[in-house]
Amino acid sequence: MTEQIDEGLRSELQRQGIWVTSMQELYNWGRQNSIWPLQFGLACCAIEMIATAASRYDIARFGGEVFRPSPRQADLMIVAGTVTKKMAPQIVRLYNQMPDPKYVISMGACAISGGPFKQGYNVLKGIDRYIPVDVYIPGCPPRPEALLHAFMELQRKIDSQKLTGTDKAEHLDPTQLSEFPVPAFGAHDLEPPANPDVFHPLKMERQG
Amino acid sequence: MESLDEIKARAESAVPGAKIDIVPNPGPSKQSSLLLDNEHASAIARFLCDDPALRLDFCSNATGVDWLGRTVKKTVKVKKVVDGIEKEVDETTEEFFPGYLEAIYHLYSITHKHGPVIIRMRTADRAAGAPLPSLTPIWRSAEFQEREIFDLYGVRFDGHPDLRRILMWDEFEDYPMRKDYREPDDYEFEPTPHDDVLEKAKQHYRPRPQLDGAENITPRNEAETLKG
Repeated sequence: MTEQIDEGLRSELQRQGIWVTSMQELYNWGRQNSIWPLQFGLACCAIEMIATAASRYDIARFGGEVFRPSPRQADLMIVAGTVTKKMAPQIVRLYNQMPDPKYVISMGACAISGGPFKQGYNVLKGIDRYIPVDVYIPGCPPRPEALLHAFMELQRKIDSQKLTGTDKAEHLDPTQLSEFPVPAFGAHDLEPPANPDVFHPLKMERQG
Repeated sequence: MESLDEIKARAESAVPGAKIDIVPNPGPSKQSSLLLDNEHASAIARFLCDDPALRLDFCSNATGVDWLGRTVKKTVKVKKVVDGIEKEVDETTEEFFPGYLEAIYHLYSITHKHGPVIIRMRTADRAAGAPLPSLTPIWRSAEFQEREIFDLYGVRFDGHPDLRRILMWDEFEDYPMRKDYREPDDYEFEPTPHDDVLEKAKQHYRPRPQLDGAENITPRNEAETLKG
C-alpha cells in the first residue's frame, strides 16, 4: 500500500528511475483516464456536451473522448437534458445494461430536478429518483467548462476508490445493487414515481 | 382575399345544408374565425381547400382549446308590484353554458399567398373521446397535430388514419391540457416551494402543534431564582 511508503523515499526513488506504486493506484489511474461516456443526449444540454467533446474544449484531454453508442461498452452515463416521463424507463434500462463499474453525471437543472419544467405533467423531477448519481452539474445548460469540472470531480472520485477493505468501491461489493427496477407506464404517472432504494431526498421538516 | 362574410356565404351555397357561424375576435389582431358545423365540416374544408379563388392548400397549425362549462349571471331591472306600489326590482337570472372542446385550424394559401383563415369545430360536450370529423384527409399536415389534440384534450377525430397518443404513453388515461386536469401529487420534496407549488407542498407538511398554554408557565426552579 502506498500509505506505507514514505513520500520522501518515493520521490527519491523516482529520481533514481524506480517507480513504486500500488495495484490500487495503477488500477484507478488507468480507469480515471479512460472514462468512456455513453453517447446519447436528451435536450439542449446535449449540445453543450457535444461542444465539450469537440476540439475547442476537447474532453480528450481528460481521456473521455470515446463516446460509445452501446451501453455495453460505456463507463459513464451523462444524463444531458430534460428527462421526460416517457423517456425515463429507457434511461434506467440503458443504465442497467452498462457493465460495472459505472458512473452517472446528472447534467443541468432538468436532469437534477426537472428544472424549469419541474411542474410539468410530463417531466421527471430528477433522474436520481431511479438511478444513483455521482456528480451533479447545476446550470441551464452548464457550460462545457462545468462538464469538464464534473468530469474531473468524477476522476477524483474514481482515484479515491479503494480496492479492498470495508469501504471498498461499490462495484467490487457483490451485495451492492448495480441494476435498478425499470419504472412502468401507469395510468396517471410512472409506477413507482420514485425508487425508495435510490432516492433519498433531504428530510425536510416543515410545519404547515 | 375575400372577407369572412363572403367566404361564409360562398361556402354555404357550395355545400348544401352547411351552417357556418362567424366567431368574432374583438382583440387587436381582429382574427375572427369560422365555426363549422360538425356534420358538414369535411365538405366545407374540402371547398376551402379546392375553391380556385381561395385555394387554402396549407394547414399551418391545428390546436385545441378546453372550454369549461360556465354559469353567467344576468341582472335585469324588472318592474314589479310590491305591496301595491310599482317598483323597479333587480332580478338575477342564471344561465348555464355547458363546456365543450374545440379544435382550431389556421389555413393559408401557398398558391395565392394569402391567409390565415381560421376555422373552428366544437364538440357536443367534454366527455372523453368526444367526436369531431378529422380534417387530415384534406390537409395531411394536420395528422400529428390532431393526434396531439387527441392525446392532450381527448377529442376523437373520426376519419383520422392513425389516431394514437403521440406525446404521452399509450397506458396514460388523463388528458393533461384540460383545465380540470390534476397532476400526480408529487410535492413532498420541494426544496424551494413558492406560489402554487407552496400550496401543494404544504399539504405534505406536519401540522403545527396545538398550543395548550403550557409554554406560558414559568418552570418552578426558574421562578425560585427570580424570587432570589
